[in-house]
Amino acid sequence: MKTRFVMGNEAIALGAIAAGVQVVTGYPGTPSTEVLENVVKHNPKKEDGTDAIYVEWSVNEKTAMEVGAGAAYAGARVMVTMKQVGLNVASDPLMSLAYVGVKGGMVILVADDPGPISSQTEQDTRTFAMFSKLPVFDPASPEEAYQMTKDAFELSEKYRTPVLLRPTTRVCHGYASMEIPEGRYEYTPEGFVKDPKWVIFPRLSYAAHKRIEEQNRTMTAELSAYAGNTYKKGSGRKAIAAGGVSYAYTMEALALLGIDIPLLKIGTPFPFPNELAEELLNEADEVLVLEELDPVIERALVHLVGKKHLPVDIRGKEDGTAPSAGENSVDGILSILASYLGIDLPAGCVREETPALPVRPPVLCAGCPHRASFYAVKQAMKGRKAVFCGDIGCYTLGNAMPLDMTDTCLCMGAGITVAQGIGRVEPDTVCFSFTGDSTFYHTGLPNLVNAVYNDAHMVAMILDNSTTAMTGHQPNPNTGKTAMGEVAEKIDIEGALRGIGITHIATVDPLDLEAAIAAVWSAADQPGASAIIFRSPCIALFRPTKMYHVDSDACIGCRKCLRELGCPGLVKDGGKKVKIDTSLCYSCGLCTYVCPTGAIRVKEDK
Amino acid sequence: MKNILLCGVGGQGTVLASKILARSAMERGELVHTAETIGMAQRGGSVVSHVRIGEGCYSPLISRGQADVVLAFEAAEAVRNLPYLKEGGTVIVSTTAVKPVTDALSKTDYDGQVMLDYLARQNVRLIVVDGDALVEKCGSAKVLNIALLGAAARADVIGMTVEDIRHIIETTLAPKFQAMNLKALELGAASV
Ligand code: SF4
Ligand code: SF4
Repeated sequence: MKTRFVMGNEAIALGAIAAGVQVVTGYPGTPSTEVLENVVKHNPKKEDGTDAIYVEWSVNEKTAMEVGAGAAYAGARVMVTMKQVGLNVASDPLMSLAYVGVKGGMVILVADDPGPISSQTEQDTRTFAMFSKLPVFDPASPEEAYQMTKDAFELSEKYRTPVLLRPTTRVCHGYASMEIPEGRYEYTPEGFVKDPKWVIFPRLSYAAHKRIEEQNRTMTAELSAYAGNTYKKGSGRKAIAAGGVSYAYTMEALALLGIDIPLLKIGTPFPFPNELAEELLNEADEVLVLEELDPVIERALVHLVGKKHLPVDIRGKEDGTAPSAGENSVDGILSILASYLGIDLPAGCVREETPALPVRPPVLCAGCPHRASFYAVKQAMKGRKAVFCGDIGCYTLGNAMPLDMTDTCLCMGAGITVAQGIGRVEPDTVCFSFTGDSTFYHTGLPNLVNAVYNDAHMVAMILDNSTTAMTGHQPNPNTGKTAMGEVAEKIDIEGALRGIGITHIATVDPLDLEAAIAAVWSAADQPGASAIIFRSPCIALFRPTKMYHVDSDACIGCRKCLRELGCPGLVKDGGKKVKIDTSLCYSCGLCTYVCPTGAIRVKEDK
Repeated sequence: MKNILLCGVGGQGTVLASKILARSAMERGELVHTAETIGMAQRGGSVVSHVRIGEGCYSPLISRGQADVVLAFEAAEAVRNLPYLKEGGTVIVSTTAVKPVTDALSKTDYDGQVMLDYLARQNVRLIVVDGDALVEKCGSAKVLNIALLGAAARADVIGMTVEDIRHIIETTLAPKFQAMNLKALELGAASV
């Protein structure tokens, strides 16, 4: 037993390692990314000194799910990791896998993001679990995430079904000091045994569907006795049901108020622990449901109340007692509880209204090559009708003023295809897509095949910064490295573009602004699909070698550099002029092109 | 139970400071929970770390009016997070004012002094640390976090002593960063 200070995602990784996971695949996505990274970090060694667990960053979530499925067919315990929207990409294999089943335990870690804090949607993986008919665990804390990871493997292997584990951001990224037992479940996978059951066929699917429904009914009873689902009796006939981190918030709120009312905790929202919930429903007149995202627990309780003809009011999102969107908090739950229980909250401190606070939206880093890429396209297309279809990554921040270069952003890889669609309706518009190197290999590539095949007129900008920056610099097919740190074949983007039949391809350093603008001009006038690879590394990958400064005698205070670039390195000098904040400037040199008087120059000494 | 909220702007080292607090508490055998800003919001945005020490913490985040201390590496961030502070709690704030990137585009200037004046008018125990002068003396803005921890330790509000922090710096930081951080620690402590 060792006390460690671990992040929720690290706890999940340690739980999987303890459960004997042998294959881990995934695609980065906040807030799930650190799970796979921590498996790499804590990878135990076999007797011969090699890594006990095979870990890969797959090119996308569908790929990860399928590699994982194969490994589980062969009897290994497997974990697949992604964020909630990643599950949409992986839903095709997942839906069928639910029917086919697995041999080795398979836990699919899907992190949800109430808020959303860094996601496109507030979708709820618990709802996805019901849709795919797969069991789902919903931990309330990093400590519970560790335990549930191990329990999920057991359940998966017992029923030979994939199992979902869905923590939310606050659980994933919360840290806790916890005791982690040593040791790891050891076994030798049986290997792949040929059997017709691995081939999905309509006749088999009918039988599988029947089996799944029966199995889930069995699990309902079994899960009512599971330690992650609890019913704590209390005084009165007004009760609470809560799940996930909302349970932790509820506990805190009740402690602050010093009240003790009946509390049902749901750790497995599907299959729902009906028997346990009925115990509560038999002892309550009203149940307030506290959960984030979809009203999953709430609907399950409404369903039970209807089925059993119970005289219990279920309150929550559907009747407006709890907010239908966004994150919960202790404060939010305190005020819901106050009106539910008809009590007054202790008065907080009253303070003077605060002065106007600076707004700090996230921006591209100083020296980020994406700024130069966007600026080059913007300059080249001045006065022309053009549309800029963005994608998911740091470069989504190209939407911010003053660049204002992201007109659309839908989902991974969609910049390329949305550009094609707009072009079908507006043939006189130059349609650009902006795709990062990781996104290009994720889903960008088939979308570009579509452009070539269907002869779409568009310019695909590939922003190659040699990393997956947004999620914390994971390797990808373009980086020549694998998740386990091994050297891999670097899959050349230019070669891939040529291979699918794009003939006009330019590779330019966007920080060479004049060449970059010229490349955009020439690509915009090509027929069909053309591509420009803007290649310049993310600033996290190197240290600057020179230093820039503003010659204040030459600066005329026009502030064109500030207005056009929005680089954090450029700041007002107190008067009308501009100076460079040397602690932030990353010496990209872009501002030197913008200044009309050439006031921004390399500082000689350094 | 002790609740400490650290806040600042992306890149100011809030996370490292919260790690040091957590480590020290663990060495004393206490339970610790922390939570911090991760992801897109880190890029130039406001960042916070919630550090909760002791038994009875369920939520990973401190709720409003529950923080014993707000430790702010930036003046406006102290004001932004003041609602978390308990009645009569302590604010330790650096005079540092980080202009938002949007400031370059706007006509109005953000002035850190306005924030400090506001804090001074509230019913809090206020400790102002001249962060700009401190980092000037240390030769790097990167050590502001350690300087503020030093001030907080000397003010005896975070449950750890200057010695505790020194010990953690000496045992966990890479040797080449130690001298600078130890200097920042001393200067920070001396400023209270
Ligand atoms: S050189 Fe100019 S544009 Fe580039 S990081 Fe420095 S201040 Fe920003
Ligand atoms: S563009 Fe040049 S002259 Fe104009 S404010 Fe910036 S540094 Fe000064």
